[in-house]
Amino acid sequence: MRELQDTVKALFDKGEIDLFIGYEKGTRTPRPFFVHKAEDAENLIFDAACSGNLAVYLTRKDLTGGKKTGISASYYALKSIAQLFDENQLKAENLRIFGVSEEGSVQFFDSVAAIKQHLSATPPPAKPDEDELVGKINAMTASERWKFWSDELSKCFKCYACRAACPMCYCTKCIVEVNRPQWIQPWASTLSNMEWQINRVMHLAGRCSDCGSCGTACPLGIPVHLLTHKMSETVKEHFGVSETKENVLSTFKPDDKENFIH
Amino acid sequence: MIHNNCLQITDKGLKDWLAKIIAGGKQLYAPVREGDKTAFKWLDSVAEISMEHIQTTQSAKAVAFPRAEKLFSYQKEKGAVTLQDYNPDNLSETVIFGLHPCDAAGFRPLGSIFNWDTPDKPYNERRKRMTLITVSCTKSDEFCFCTSVNGGPGNTEGSDILLTPLKKDYLVEIITEKGQKLVEAYQSCFDTPPENSDKEACLAKVPVRFSPEEVSRKLSGMFESKVWETQSERCLGCGACAFVCPACACFDIQENSKGNSGDRLRCWDSCGFSLFTLHTSGHNPRSTQSQRWRQRLMHKFSYMPDRLSVIGCTGCGRCSRACPVDMNIAEHLADIG
Ligand code: SF4
Ligand code: SF4
Ligand code: SF4
Repeated sequence: MRELQDTVKALFDKGEIDLFIGYEKGTRTPRPFFVHKAEDAENLIFDAACSGNLAVYLTRKDLTGGKKTGISASYYALKSIAQLFDENQLKAENLRIFGVSEEGSVQFFDSVAAIKQHLSATPPPAKPDEDELVGKINAMTASERWKFWSDELSKCFKCYACRAACPMCYCTKCIVEVNRPQWIQPWASTLSNMEWQINRVMHLAGRCSDCGSCGTACPLGIPVHLLTHKMSETVKEHFGVSETKENVLSTFKPDDKENFIH
Repeated sequence: MIHNNCLQITDKGLKDWLAKIIAGGKQLYAPVREGDKTAFKWLDSVAEISMEHIQTTQSAKAVAFPRAEKLFSYQKEKGAVTLQDYNPDNLSETVIFGLHPCDAAGFRPLGSIFNWDTPDKPYNERRKRMTLITVSCTKSDEFCFCTSVNGGPGNTEGSDILLTPLKKDYLVEIITEKGQKLVEAYQSCFDTPPENSDKEACLAKVPVRFSPEEVSRKLSGMFESKVWETQSERCLGCGACAFVCPACACFDIQENSKGNSGDRLRCWDSCGFSLFTLHTSGHNPRSTQSQRWRQRLMHKFSYMPDRLSVIGCTGCGRCSRACPVDMNIAEHLADIG
């Protein structure tokens, strides 16, 4: 903690950053915190409970536009940041990216390559609760699974917190808001809620970091992050891990397999 | 005969009463526990009701203001249009059980908005058919602040009947004629109260965080304040806070059309969305999240008290519990007031 606070203070003192995005103590769990001057760095914290993916703010021009920005990034935030770089959404010269280990030691990343190297050498944090639920869902028959997701998604009231919390949902106009033609019925109903989630998940194919922020954000507790999790596994299985900037959603190759299209 | 509009009911009497209400043909909407959350549901059986929660995830407003409501239907044929207006005839009589005083109170701001100009037929028709059996709060959490917005854990506003859990049994306060009818129809379920049932002693203690008058007074001069940017930085601009709120009434109009016929729908909307005020021209008078956060607080704590003589918030704390980034509204208001 101390190390992070001191690092951030020094960055402000040297004029290297105008803004630092980290976490502070929240009502029950840590919450995002925007530091604008050296003395506020004292309130920064970082521990295993700091799970919201802060990379979501890096594409928000009203917050970071024109500012030299530092960020304390969890494992999954680093993954999202690497992906945002691959999608040409970030400018390296304006960013100071720090990984923080659970013990509080701070690591500076000076390039996307350094982030990628760190990620490939670091196993993802364990998610025992998720693994258990995924196991249960995988063991279901198709009709049980349909019932499970119908029940869960019937609750959705389309607040789009899942979208707002996702660093990869940076489109200024989301497909759910396109009404000429209207691709997705915009009101809440079981069917249209499914259409919404299917579209959200498909648009994250090969891009999702599997951080789970969408599911944590859902005020109704719908485990929508398991949909993107499953999709990530499926993408890995069929297409492998991309070694280039290309991702499954936006890359077409004439020899792409089509055997999963029925 | 009912004296002083106060009675007592045992736990068993309460279950019998609710079961009889269902058997009598009214629809029952009550809290049911699902994992670590509790949600209101339409119930056929009282066995599913759970009262362990401090707060349900959503309020009960959907009974009067559903998340998607058909306002009218239309058919076009050879240039002629026929309309079927909103038809309230098939709406059922409903009883909402187990809401807390902050939810019952929410129907006042909601009703004020839906009647400030043209009385809104769907809202009023639904509201007319609702009877609210509220339960006082014996426990609260750090998000509750009803006592800062003229409410309280044993407040009767908006309720038809208020039950307060005493050490044993419930104190039954009959507030309205609607409530009186619902009790009189099943009077055998109730007992007369003992001499001195101490309601206050059983209620949760909810600390006062700010004065709504003071907040309202300050807000009227704060339109250009820097505070909105500072407070809203972490806000993600979703609809969670508005959708769970018992007093948020904003809606969007949508069209469900197929060929020559269709329905006009009213759906929940939120001032937190960037699309909320986006004009067809592309101009957006609230183009940043800080302007949208300002609107949320101004509307509830300045404009509504000024124009409708009611605060647009009942202190239920739901928005703060639901917010993915802990935009704790009471904390922000206390900082202002
Ligand atoms: S956060 Fe939950 S309720 Fe909101 S749109 Fe997403 S799935 Fe639906
Ligand atoms: S305050 Fe929270 S719940 Fe409301 S729009 Fe902002 S992020 Fe969403
Ligand atoms: S603004 Fe928040 S605390 Fe106030 S009534 Fe709405 S949800 Fe409850």
